[in-house]
Amino acid sequence: MTTISTVRPPESVDPVPVRRRRRRWGNYVLPAYTGLMIAYLCAPIAVMMLFGFNDTKGKFNYSWQGFTLRWYQNLFAIPDLTNALKNSLSIALIATLISVLLGTTLGLAIGRYRFRGKGSVDLVLFSQIATPEIVLGASLLSLFISLGVPRGYLTILVAHVMFCIPFVAITVQARVVGMDRSIEEAALDLGATPWVTFRKITLPLMMPGILAGALLSFALSIDDFITTSFNAGQTTTFPLWVYGASRVGVPPQVNVMGTLIFVVGVALAVGSAIASRRRETRA
Amino acid sequence: MSKERPRSGWALRARLTPYWLVLPGGMWLAIFFVVPMFFMLSLSLQTGDHITGYQQTFHWSTYSNAISLYHVQFVRSIVYAAIVTGVALLLAYPLAYWIAFHAGRHKSTFLLLILLPFFVSFVIRTLSWQFILADNGIVLSPLKNAHILPQDFHVLATSFAVICGLTYNFLPFMVLPLYVALERIDHRLVEAAHDLYASKFQAFRRVVLPLSLPGVFAGVLITFVPVASDFVNATILGGTNTTMIGNIIQTLYLTNNDYPTASALSFTLMGALLVGIFAYARVLGTEDVMRATTR
Repeated sequence: MTTISTVRPPESVDPVPVRRRRRRWGNYVLPAYTGLMIAYLCAPIAVMMLFGFNDTKGKFNYSWQGFTLRWYQNLFAIPDLTNALKNSLSIALIATLISVLLGTTLGLAIGRYRFRGKGSVDLVLFSQIATPEIVLGASLLSLFISLGVPRGYLTILVAHVMFCIPFVAITVQARVVGMDRSIEEAALDLGATPWVTFRKITLPLMMPGILAGALLSFALSIDDFITTSFNAGQTTTFPLWVYGASRVGVPPQVNVMGTLIFVVGVALAVGSAIASRRRETRA
Repeated sequence: MSKERPRSGWALRARLTPYWLVLPGGMWLAIFFVVPMFFMLSLSLQTGDHITGYQQTFHWSTYSNAISLYHVQFVRSIVYAAIVTGVALLLAYPLAYWIAFHAGRHKSTFLLLILLPFFVSFVIRTLSWQFILADNGIVLSPLKNAHILPQDFHVLATSFAVICGLTYNFLPFMVLPLYVALERIDHRLVEAAHDLYASKFQAFRRVVLPLSLPGVFAGVLITFVPVASDFVNATILGGTNTTMIGNIIQTLYLTNNDYPTASALSFTLMGALLVGIFAYARVLGTEDVMRATTR
């Protein structure tokens, strides 16, 4: 303490008015900067949304030609695109379900128990998250090539479950670590079987973690490009189709689908945030 | 003894519980993450070609050949990743700082705004930048018409465009861990520094900055790795002089079917990055980095 006070800076005796004026000025710099950065982050989203309403005539959706809702009405006019979107949605849904099941049990185990081998489980989870996606995709493709497994819908699904599990496990683990064990002990003391205790006490307490993991998995899966591109074979997902189309001009339907996914995603995120806040205030 | 038996059965079952819980997810990760690494290693040590098939020959020369052929792209990827990580850190720190210290009860709203790009597909976001930076796009054409820029000026297909796109796409990755670290700082420490006559800048440099370093480290880590291995930005926004190692790996695997070279490159990339990461995590403690990475 004394060492700090001995290095007392001389400028602390600055005249007060100057300092106050400077501070008032400085008060606007960071908020303005924050606003600017948010605008920067949102600019491409605005562009995407706007050009979903563009009344473009040619193949390229590059210049503004008037407002239309045509692309919303003809949303499913391109069968391949529709199919790709369907693939993306169903893969994301199934991958989320599987990875939530497997990831939750994994997260519960590493969050609650000490057991031989926990170190290596932690290591695998950490290295999986730290491994660049291109290596995840390439190594999985190496496995499939070596074993002669044809690439397609199922291999995409397998890949997505693989990269979602650690994220679910870690979100659930974080939740489990902070949980109050005395409630479960009380249930056991009152004669509940371990299974009933798990179902009625542990599972509801873990739920916020599980839901967060599920949302994260769904978002990761529906947006994945790199790992998917390695293991897709002839199957296309929404990002793969858009990437392929980018060379010949992306149709406005892509903007519309992107907008719809964006709106639904934001609504879900805001909804779950509000729900969890309400739960907290009730508790 | 007879009373003892059910209890020890219980104890055994209780001891086995974590293993049963780990088993399904652990098996999935073992089969589709750990085992594939060995297959990739084996593939990188095979020789042959796509038509006649590959044999296991353990020719390590594939590695040296691959690196001597593609070291330019390798170095470029590392340089791009270093620039992007540095720029993202500079852009993100004030942002995270303001949200953590001054946004008050609107913190989560601002955080959601920062995360909005994640709700749009990565490919679409990058295409949006292609559109914004286009030769006659909404940014360049007014400047060209006003004769501020020459007519043949272009941004697309340059390193600048690729770095811009990468910075944009991975900026939120940097903001989040910084925010988490800054938000955790006890404000009373800063007040104490002021009470002890530290100026605003000194309080920042001596108290806030050191306490936020775990966030900086985590942010650098989770930005650097995906940027170094990205190929989408280089494909959409770049040209022939901006090819990154990810482009090479993808082309060799999927177009040329040159599996040994491709897997050797991808193994080298992973090795280089993992060595860096583990050295990093050693210094900071794995738990800390992991926690900062995932929150």
